[in-house]
Amino acid sequence: MAEVSCRKVVKEYDAGVQAVKGIDLDISDHEFVVLVGPSGCGKSTTLRMIAGLEEVTSGEIWIDGDVVNDVPPRDRDIAMVFQNYALYPHMSVFDNMAFGLKLRKFPKQEISRRVDEAARILDITPLLDRKPRALSGGQRQRVAMGRAIVRNPKVFLFDEPLSNLDAKLRVQMRTEIKKVHQTVRTTTVYVTHDQIEAMTLADRVVVMNGGNIEQVGAPQELYHHPATRFVAGFIGSPAMNFLPCRVQDGTNGGLAVRVTDSITLPIPPARMDRYGKFKDRSMILGLRPEHLFEYHEQAKPGWTRVELPVDVVEPMGMETMVHFFVDGVPVCARVDPATHAEPNEILPLTADLNQMHLMEPETGRVV
Amino acid sequence: MADGTSVPIDVIAPGQVRARRNTMQRFAQRRSTTGFFLCLPLILLIAAFVIYPAFYAIYLSMLNKKMTAFVGLGNFQFLLKRHTFQLVIFQSCLFAVTSVVLKAVIGFILAHLMHNIPGKNQRIWRGLLLVPWVIPLALSTLTWWWMFDPSYSAFNWVLNQFGIDNVPWLGVGWTARFCTIAVNVWYGTPFFMIMYLAALKSVPEQLYEAAAIDGANTIQKLFFVTLPMMRNIIAITVLFSLIVTFADFDIVRILTAGGPQDMTHVFATYAFQIGIQSGDIPLGAADSLFMFPILAFAAFFVLRGVTRRTKEIAA
Ligand SMILES: Nc1ncnc2c1ncn2[C@@H]1O[C@H](COP(=O)(O)OP(=O)(O)OP(=O)(O)O)[C@@H](O)[C@H]1O
Ligand SMILES: [Mg+2]
Repeated sequence: MAEVSCRKVVKEYDAGVQAVKGIDLDISDHEFVVLVGPSGCGKSTTLRMIAGLEEVTSGEIWIDGDVVNDVPPRDRDIAMVFQNYALYPHMSVFDNMAFGLKLRKFPKQEISRRVDEAARILDITPLLDRKPRALSGGQRQRVAMGRAIVRNPKVFLFDEPLSNLDAKLRVQMRTEIKKVHQTVRTTTVYVTHDQIEAMTLADRVVVMNGGNIEQVGAPQELYHHPATRFVAGFIGSPAMNFLPCRVQDGTNGGLAVRVTDSITLPIPPARMDRYGKFKDRSMILGLRPEHLFEYHEQAKPGWTRVELPVDVVEPMGMETMVHFFVDGVPVCARVDPATHAEPNEILPLTADLNQMHLMEPETGRVV
Repeated sequence: MADGTSVPIDVIAPGQVRARRNTMQRFAQRRSTTGFFLCLPLILLIAAFVIYPAFYAIYLSMLNKKMTAFVGLGNFQFLLKRHTFQLVIFQSCLFAVTSVVLKAVIGFILAHLMHNIPGKNQRIWRGLLLVPWVIPLALSTLTWWWMFDPSYSAFNWVLNQFGIDNVPWLGVGWTARFCTIAVNVWYGTPFFMIMYLAALKSVPEQLYEAAAIDGANTIQKLFFVTLPMMRNIIAITVLFSLIVTFADFDIVRILTAGGPQDMTHVFATYAFQIGIQSGDIPLGAADSLFMFPILAFAAFFVLRGVTRRTKEIAA
């Protein structure tokens, strides 16, 4: 178990295009860090550089206090779980899990003790004699994890380990991975493009975009305090609504955001200082669907009533998603399932602006 | 309902006719039936060009030289007692096994080298290395024969430059055997190379990455990943090549015609000599039939392993 650090790590593939543009990241001992981001943002590349499968163009990678840039993967004492498992098809489950230990010349009893133990943790003891071919996707996934666990390495690396599984199994394996981590407590770097996976598993989430780290933080922190428009839009489902707006003087000496000619919402007094300097500038208002809901008569002060025609209604059971257009910009609101909402009818809505985010359109920075 | 009203009452047969037609239809619609009919042309071709000649050869091998009397296994007994034929068996095995082993090993090494040549260059080298395989064998063997010529040709000229005496390449038993094998290896290696290259390319890169992380070095990756993943291709190419090499005729016939003192004869050239040149066709047939059990035996074991492993690996 160990810390992992990246210092100004750059990866340039031969075409001169940078897949990873100088990232800095410190992962402490026992920590479960998830790299998340859209396809092609350099997550796998980063992970593979930590594993040593990809050379670092510049910068340093540290594992357990040593620079490992020139250390081959087999000497880095790491274990990796691949998206398509990469089990050796000609070896039994036992041999797949024991392979790394055999290569490292562990004594026979120690090997079978560790494999049995890992098989018990992962509940695959009855499968030990089978070949990978005779396993289901979920079972292969467990074997791949078993192969990582038995080695008791300094760091676990996962590259989208669940993306080949069906939705239900994915949720189940997610829990399993979390459980395993709580048992063995090995420092873990986990790559996914599924933000729910990221939020549920991580101690800290690293949001990447276009080869850069956008933000690092605990799941709740990213959710409530996104640093950029990208993070705000990436974390949370359905995604945050973004509306072009203008900050202007409101009633009673306060501030307000003007979204359209007919919609002007008062900014809560607590945020006046923060937003004051952006007065009369074009900004972007970010509001999560759950902070946009049906208007009640007993509304709190500052909850302005806005009437909008419904476009699409999506009942999801415990909540209902309602889609609108505000000046041609699609907006989603989360309303109570008991609310009567029909397409093309007018629905009175309100927004909880205590949860609003305001962003600069040019930089995407959340202010 | 429409049926019932339109059928004349005095006819009893329709039901039965329909029933029979139904069984016929069902028979014709069965997958296996369709499959059989689709294969029929091929089955007929194989019957005409493989099964019939094979049985005819067996029949021939049991006749006397003038093909007038049936002698049972007499020809086989006669051959086995003959010293030259014992030599032929030994040489055929030596020729086939040595060639195949060398072709497999060299092909494997070349495939690896090729696999590690990046991008476009690989195609050029691949093309060049395939050349021996695409030139008509008889033609290239003639060239080799010319190069092996004791007094006027390439090899000895080169040796002379280094002050070494002429070597009678095709004139002495073991050297001649070596030459036939060398030409066969030269000719057959590209086939192995191309098959192994294809197999190498089909091993998922991630298995090597997983092995690297598990702690394998290059040699260990070769033994624990590459070779197990290629075992089927290796088995099939070796078997296939063994069959072809056992039956080889051109190289020995052109280089040495079986000489010196019958020391390079293989089954096919010997069959040609006794069957066609000396006119004892039944004896020649008997000679060539000796190949059959050897090859059948090898094929049985190799293919059994292949089926078992295919089930394992195909995931
Ligand atoms: N071997 C390679 N050669 C050249 N470019 C590559 C190579 N591998 C990846 N890239 C490029 O580097 C960028 C980052 O790739 P990477 O695989 O790290 O993305 P990712 O974040 O893992 O995406 P995904 O979620 O789709 O797996 C991509 O633009 C990709 O096209
Ligand atoms: Mg990836």
